[in-house]
Amino acid sequence: MQNPYLPYPVRIDKIAVETEDKNLKTFTFSFLNPEDETRFAYKAGQFAELSVTGQGEIPIGIASSPTEKGFVMFTVNKVGRVSSFLHAMKPGDIMGIRGPMGNWYPWEKMQGKNVVIIGGGFAFTTLRSSIVYMLQPENRKNFGEIHVIYGARSPGMLLYREELAAWERRDDIHMHITVDATSDPNWKYNVGFVPAITEKKAPPAGNDTYAIVCGPPIMIKFTQPVLDRLGYAHGQIIMSLENRMKCGIGMCGRCNIGKEFVCKDGPVFTLEQLNKTPREY
Amino acid sequence: MKMITIPKKEWPAGLAKAAGSFRLFGPVKEKEFHSFKRLDNGQLPDFSFLNTRLSPKHLVYPQSEVMLTYSLDESRADHHIMKETAADTTPRAVLGIRPCDAKAFVLVRMNFDTPDYQDPYWLRAYESTTFVGLGCESPCSSCFCTTAGCGPFHEEGLDVLLADAGDHFLANVLTEKGAAWVAAGGWTQTADAKAGERLAAMRKAAEAKITSEVQTKNLNAAETTGLYNASFWEEVSFACINCGTCTYSCPTCWCFDIQDETRGKSGVRMRHWDSCMYPLFTLHGTGHNPRGTKLHRVRQRFMHKLKYFVDKYDRGIQCVGCGRCVRLCPVNIDIRRVCGMMNSLAASGEACAID
Amino acid sequence: MLSYTETIREIAGRLLTSGAVEMVIGFRKGTVPMMNEPHFAKTPAHAQALVWDSHCGINLANYLTDRKEKIGIVAKGCDSRNIVTHIIENKIKREQLVVIGVPCLGMVDKRKIAMKCPGEITEVIEDEGSVTATGSGFSQRFEKKDVLQHNCSLCIHRNPVIHDELVAEPVAEQQGVDRYADVRSLDAMSPEQRWKYVEDLLSPCVRCYACRNACPLCYCPTCFVDEARPQWVGKGLDPQDVRTFHFLRAYHCAGRCTDCGACERACPVGINMRVFTKKLEKDCLDLFGWEAGLSIDVRPPLDTYRPQDPNDFIK
Repeated sequence: MQNPYLPYPVRIDKIAVETEDKNLKTFTFSFLNPEDETRFAYKAGQFAELSVTGQGEIPIGIASSPTEKGFVMFTVNKVGRVSSFLHAMKPGDIMGIRGPMGNWYPWEKMQGKNVVIIGGGFAFTTLRSSIVYMLQPENRKNFGEIHVIYGARSPGMLLYREELAAWERRDDIHMHITVDATSDPNWKYNVGFVPAITEKKAPPAGNDTYAIVCGPPIMIKFTQPVLDRLGYAHGQIIMSLENRMKCGIGMCGRCNIGKEFVCKDGPVFTLEQLNKTPREY
Repeated sequence: MKMITIPKKEWPAGLAKAAGSFRLFGPVKEKEFHSFKRLDNGQLPDFSFLNTRLSPKHLVYPQSEVMLTYSLDESRADHHIMKETAADTTPRAVLGIRPCDAKAFVLVRMNFDTPDYQDPYWLRAYESTTFVGLGCESPCSSCFCTTAGCGPFHEEGLDVLLADAGDHFLANVLTEKGAAWVAAGGWTQTADAKAGERLAAMRKAAEAKITSEVQTKNLNAAETTGLYNASFWEEVSFACINCGTCTYSCPTCWCFDIQDETRGKSGVRMRHWDSCMYPLFTLHGTGHNPRGTKLHRVRQRFMHKLKYFVDKYDRGIQCVGCGRCVRLCPVNIDIRRVCGMMNSLAASGEACAID
Repeated sequence: MLSYTETIREIAGRLLTSGAVEMVIGFRKGTVPMMNEPHFAKTPAHAQALVWDSHCGINLANYLTDRKEKIGIVAKGCDSRNIVTHIIENKIKREQLVVIGVPCLGMVDKRKIAMKCPGEITEVIEDEGSVTATGSGFSQRFEKKDVLQHNCSLCIHRNPVIHDELVAEPVAEQQGVDRYADVRSLDAMSPEQRWKYVEDLLSPCVRCYACRNACPLCYCPTCFVDEARPQWVGKGLDPQDVRTFHFLRAYHCAGRCTDCGACERACPVGINMRVFTKKLEKDCLDLFGWEAGLSIDVRPPLDTYRPQDPNDFIK
């Protein structure tokens, strides 16, 4: 019986500070046992439990794409005991990863469709995984138009800034990067909250268009009415939720919303599914 | 399978024989109440009990359990790498478990044994245990097993069902594991042809003594958000003090926490029972708590037991009617009352099924 | 005390009708013998469900913490002292409360009664001086004074120290009560004996926190056992962690505990953890002449400095 509580040992290869307030760092890991990387085969949208030996575990969305080999990447916000300890670790340190966990964005359903990605703040991690996945040459043809609306409080708080700029220069993806406010005169992109930019820039709704929405509760609260006004069907609005987790495998009982475990039946749900569950997230 | 007669004068010697190949556990009275404990050599299980104060779930699922070990000593090659602990899977027999508690394990198994993941700790412990149940001839006034999916002589989850017939036990051997245990005790006397009828009569008599019940027939079809938004939760939750008594005494509750505990340079990753009643249970690192009020948490417990579980597994409610939460709640919050309120609300049409 | 029920209902109904309070907190009849459920009434009709008997041992002051409404609260002697402590500690404002004072003759200990009965008790009825427990094949009558909760048998503040209404004439306080016989016997033990005694006492603990949560004093937004940065206490059954929880909680209640007994009453496994709080209660009495919760005008010793405070422990 494979023990789902036993983490794969990994080494921290690289740590990059993502944001100007230094609260977000991107960690790149490699598996100590190469066969673990094969076992860890994941899809964009999934998460993993990062296990810091002696401290605990945290559930973090996988930021790397399954098309990127030899490493896995996570962007971690410093909020509590384990994330703070992790932030103080160094390349070369050993820890563990359990996963991949949860369901993934509905790639099968979205074949041949247009995809609108709407992200806010540091919830952009699995969205990066999704964009890199879709832009891979062998995958790109499977999708229609791709729009990305991504905003943060200020330019220094955007994640993956170099990649955002590189995507902006491509012609097979429409980037709508925005910040709430900036005093930078050289800021080239949008200024405005994500819901407002969504209203202006999102493509029209239709049977062939899916929206993936991932962000803090406040962003979701104001973005959803915009999508309603634009006519997006609730079954075509995909959300990724967060909740306090421990086991990540649907056994410890704490992350449920109604009968769904966010760690196992989610974290990806359609808005149609969420409308039928208690609003306990 | 078959029925054996175990004369009570052969019980101690048989147990001593069985102890040669099984670790034996049974109810033992300490101070005020009975608990399931490991039986020492020659110690007999004390069957003069209605039920144990706390459920026997700790035998398969200890309250604190080491899952993994680690060393932080960087001079070791395996530093910071988690390792599995060896498990003791020598066969065990739990004697005198009541049918409600045995059925509870069957329900809990659905959580720990899924197509995607299997919990090795729970499953190894469960599968190496033989359950020798004791039918309840005198159910408590707070027992409502017959309307909670089992009954005083229910056989689900048992390997052997014992019925106390005065100077002997009738043993209904239900599984191969049960047969192995009976063989280990050396009891070979097949029961007579009428034994089955006598057992059936005892079952019927015991079931007739159950005075307490829950109404659940409308829960399945009820609409979740209707029950969730019911106005009675404020009244139901007022008295609750959000302790863990109900969850820890309940045989069908299974929630746990995972903690790393380090001493010096070595440590363990453990799991401990946890409770949805505690405020910390759902607290996010950011400080956001989806179940930050007592009302949310009390509602969660009853919704989980009486609705979410019903919907998720289609095996009825997550309750076997053992009555412990009713007897032990310090403020007398009664699941039978709450179930009735939920069931009535569901029937009244305010919370009706949508497909 | 059985006549109190009518009076409590009448007072509660009157307060709710006049709008003097938005809710009345009391007890309603329980669904199992010897239990009542803390209950709030928001209308005069609901107030008719309120009851009072010798099974009202839970401390209702526990339900006042941080509430914003105007509340009528049924309070026996110990409960009223916890109300005083709550007011002093800013957990509720005096103006919010109409204290419906209950001169108490003591609560009955359901564990004691259960231990003296041969089987499951299915019904308990009481009259003024006795309690009769009935089950299958037995019926036993007990004098209430023989089956009181331990804290009630030692009680010297049965009458509410603060009240706006009184449901009856004050009762005579018990005289010549030796509150600390058990503390002295514990003190007289050798360290090894005491260690063994405490080990035994706490061995059934399952960290359910019923004791802590039933206690009106335990209202910290994050209890020390739940802190993670740093983590002071493990969350499992390691006896060291279990002891730390109980000892430290007792210290946090030092100088504040009114010995209401709600902790022992709430415990599902029958741990008599009042030995710890009694010990500290005696220390406060010996060191500072202090009894908790007697007056809203006097600040407790642990938050007041007086030059004559004993300091011979500073070596």
